[in-house]
Amino acid sequence: MTATADKPAAEVVDTVTLTIDGTEVTVPKGTLIIRAAEQVGIEIPRFCDHPALKPAGACRQCLVDVASPAGPEGKLRAFPKPQASCTMTVTEGMVVNTQHTSEEADRAQKGVMELLLINHPLDCPVCDKGGECPLQNQAMSHGRPESRFVDVKRVFEKPLALSSEILLDRERCVLCQRCTRFSKEIAGDAFIDLQNRGAQQQIGTFDEDVLDFDGYRPVGAATVDEAGKAFSSYYSGNTVQICPVGALTSAAYRFRSRPFDLVSSPSISEHDSSGSAIRIDHRRGKILRRLAENDPVVNEDWISDKDRFAFAWQNLSDRLTRPLVRKDGELVEASWPEALAAAAAGIKAQTTGDDARGAAVLAGGRVTLEDAYAYQKLARVVLGTNDVDARARTASDEEQAFLGAQVAGTGLGVTFGELEKAPTVVLVGFEPEDEGGVVFLRLRKSLGRQQVVAVAPFLSRGSEKLGATLVPAAPGREAAVLADLPADVREALAQPGAVIVLGERAAEAPGAFAAAQDLASSTGARVAWIPRRAGERGAVEAGALPGLLPGGRAVSVKAARDAVAAAWGVDALPSAKGRDTAGIVKAAAEGTIGALVVGGVSASDLTGDVAAALESAGFVVSLEVRRSEIAEAADVVLPVAPPSEKPGTFVNWEGRLRAFATAIRTDAMSDHRVLDLLAREWGVELGTGTVEAVNAELAALGAAEAAHRPAAAKVKAPARNPRPKKGAAVLATWHQLVDEGALQDGEPYLAGTGRVAVARMSAATAASLGDAVSVEVSTEAGAVELPLVVTEGMVDGVVWVPVKSPGSWVARDLRAAAGAVVSVKGAA
Amino acid sequence: MSGSDEVWKVNRERDAQRETFESNLPKKGPIGEALAPVAGFGVSLRNFFRPTVTEQYPKVKVPTMPRYHGRHQLNRHPDGLEKCIGCELCAWACPADAIYVEADSNTPDHQVSPGERYGRVYQINYLRCIFCGLCIEACPTRALTMTNEYELAGPTREGLIYEKQDLLAPMGENMLAAPHPMVPGTTDGSYYRQEVDGPVEEQVAWVREHRPDDPTLPENRGATTVENQGGGRA
Ligand code: SF4
Ligand code: SF4
Ligand code: SF4
Ligand code: FES
Repeated sequence: MTATADKPAAEVVDTVTLTIDGTEVTVPKGTLIIRAAEQVGIEIPRFCDHPALKPAGACRQCLVDVASPAGPEGKLRAFPKPQASCTMTVTEGMVVNTQHTSEEADRAQKGVMELLLINHPLDCPVCDKGGECPLQNQAMSHGRPESRFVDVKRVFEKPLALSSEILLDRERCVLCQRCTRFSKEIAGDAFIDLQNRGAQQQIGTFDEDVLDFDGYRPVGAATVDEAGKAFSSYYSGNTVQICPVGALTSAAYRFRSRPFDLVSSPSISEHDSSGSAIRIDHRRGKILRRLAENDPVVNEDWISDKDRFAFAWQNLSDRLTRPLVRKDGELVEASWPEALAAAAAGIKAQTTGDDARGAAVLAGGRVTLEDAYAYQKLARVVLGTNDVDARARTASDEEQAFLGAQVAGTGLGVTFGELEKAPTVVLVGFEPEDEGGVVFLRLRKSLGRQQVVAVAPFLSRGSEKLGATLVPAAPGREAAVLADLPADVREALAQPGAVIVLGERAAEAPGAFAAAQDLASSTGARVAWIPRRAGERGAVEAGALPGLLPGGRAVSVKAARDAVAAAWGVDALPSAKGRDTAGIVKAAAEGTIGALVVGGVSASDLTGDVAAALESAGFVVSLEVRRSEIAEAADVVLPVAPPSEKPGTFVNWEGRLRAFATAIRTDAMSDHRVLDLLAREWGVELGTGTVEAVNAELAALGAAEAAHRPAAAKVKAPARNPRPKKGAAVLATWHQLVDEGALQDGEPYLAGTGRVAVARMSAATAASLGDAVSVEVSTEAGAVELPLVVTEGMVDGVVWVPVKSPGSWVARDLRAAAGAVVSVKGAA
Repeated sequence: MSGSDEVWKVNRERDAQRETFESNLPKKGPIGEALAPVAGFGVSLRNFFRPTVTEQYPKVKVPTMPRYHGRHQLNRHPDGLEKCIGCELCAWACPADAIYVEADSNTPDHQVSPGERYGRVYQINYLRCIFCGLCIEACPTRALTMTNEYELAGPTREGLIYEKQDLLAPMGENMLAAPHPMVPGTTDGSYYRQEVDGPVEEQVAWVREHRPDDPTLPENRGATTVENQGGGRA
């Protein structure tokens, strides 16, 4: 996909012709001189200028000589002094002379460089930016060979921890304000700004009393400077990348390496469904950092901190490198042939014979398209079951029908670009900042031009930053709310380009998909499904859902089954209705499933009794990167490669294929290859040995025709929930972006930037608990106790807690999902 | 005609055009020409009467010239803190890619060098090093210098990768082994300006508290033979 794929054709634009260093160039009106110069290959030194940020003219490094026609006869008149080329737009007939042709400009640039270096410490040897530093490079190319400065330089205490991850060395700062402009313009977290004047001017943090923190403080410690408090943002890592000097550094990468040590491999982030382009920098087979790659149609220049910093998980000490087989109750290392044979024998023993029980496959939502395809093919061809599900979360049949009918095999749907341009966006079961990563940044880009409506129990800080209006909905009641939206929201949705976004939590609200579709068809808005995990959309495309075959074909339609069976060269596919993740866990716990094949699933993400399921299932095969809870309980553990060590494809929420190559070559195998080897134990050629083979099969299968797709489920929105009694509340919950997910393990600096877990309630609901400072939320399964934050405008009778933040593991501890009625008790 | 034949032919032709080789040495007379085949014996004969230059290495070890480029050494500040800050500039400068450095942060409990950064891993691969000394020139802290030690052969490849402890300079008279805190009230700048000339009481007290058995403590000095103080592989 290219940038042009989004737009039908480039519109005709007004152009301006000017001369730069004697070269004539024609550019669109409104272009900055510095951009026009880039187009003809003329490099002007710069620090503060960044194409994605508004011009600031802060550093003055880009000075050039400018003359433009003036007066009635259009005589060329030169500006009396050199001008900043990053803030001045081009005009017709302008003549620009850069440092290459104008001595004046060159002298001005050298002078600015000298000034910038006056207070810059010459500590390049201990600075992380050394070797890739624009200041270093431009001082070499545009600076004086020798310093004339003999006095004492200004020093600050260093480093100042803006958060547990972001460190600031103020003496290195050239006050370009890229970081502050990023945090204000792009992320909307205005936590740092310029302070003081003159030589003492510095970047610092705001006073906590000025900004209302309201339960959004980070977990980690952060030092306080003259005035302020901690820098808390999910996107703060971008400031490190755009800082043109080494003033902002990350604790995780600090002093770890030099640019010339690193091998850079382009890749795709495995952390969310956006499929952000990243660059993996590694040294001797170890990942040292990840950076945002510029991908104009997806993540532009930015990634979330999770994309950037969460990579240590795959190299922790519990990494699996060799297969394990349970012998005499102990998992012991075994060779691949032995482990594969043991896995197959164990599964066969459970699924054949007199007391044969079924087999089921849990693939986990983090797998690639190819892996998901292999899991479902193994289930259907080898194990003869439709009990396969990649949705390791609350899922519903209604969601599956929607995905089969509207999402699978539909190619590129609503895109990032269209989402940005949409006049109205209605969010259902979706928190862009917490669950979308860069989706939030795209929406925020349209702040002021776009109306965002959040159908949620309260207006989260992320939604607030988007200027969203709240349509209050208690969890589970979204469908009813959608059916009865305020007239102005309906009207706004009728504007061309409006989008209704459904998140993974839409599956927790009965009837939400149908209601959203009704709304879409009555207003003309489009529907986008933005799941949270990276592998979800790929799993839908690959058919790793109980009722879906590849390409959106319904298992329930015989013609669809036959078409896939013919393509796979088998007689028939299983026709029995498959169970979803919760169903599989329940059935296994009840003893009706004999063999389980489990991919990357965290037991703590599921509300069901996973321990009992693993216990009662006769035989468990786990494909894992690390020794997870499930791997520990398995009978055979087959090690698989993490995304950086394998090639594959994530399908992002737009439906865009985000293929990535191996970044670090190891002998770890992808899930699809391991499953291919496993299937051979049955004498079955699964044909999923390589990425190419899987993609060829997927391409040959193509998307389903309309008749082969599942019919949209008719689910009635529940009648009004009974108002929870005193001492009870309806549970609202979602994942925060930085939390205790398995892929964020081993990264304490990142964890410190995650938000403190709190319980939120409306003033009225909180009052019913008496004088409480913390709330105990409990079910029959367990309880969590969190500090109480009274949240304005929140739906009464609802309590919100994060899904998997420190001290609040809802699925594991409460065994409940959003919409459940839980007991709440205040504590002083 | 195949490609290689073609090249062959072209080369032949080119050779044919070349002038025949003419020596620049002055032409010898007829007697010289006649004696030329045995002239070499003259050299041998002449050397019978000169002093022998054969060195009786390894029985007798002759000192090198003072600036001989031998094994590297990682120096210490007078109070025993390491000079290396792990900046990797030496590794960057090395034309033979012989140096491998990994840096890390100094912490209050583990201060190895003055300032924030120290070299956690430091290796020089003497199978690669060409003893050019460019690393020495690159080092901003004078941490890396070269000694005159030239006996750098060994039976294994791993053995010729020298680690930090093999390269560190021996502990001087009063030095106190790192890690220990910097001299109170100083910065890394003070160390570079050579304002620190030995360990102070606070540092000794810190080491006494954290490593009472440290052989470089005044009370332990000389009591035991100090093991592995650095200074190559004895
Ligand atoms: S910290 Fe970096 S990005 Fe921010 S103003 Fe200073 S130099 Fe610019
Ligand atoms: S002496 Fe030369 S070759 Fe040897 S380590 Fe130093 S720079 Fe490299
Ligand atoms: S020896 Fe010198 S150049 Fe090499 S890492 Fe240490 S301080 Fe830097
Ligand atoms: S780049 Fe133009 S003023 Fe900074």
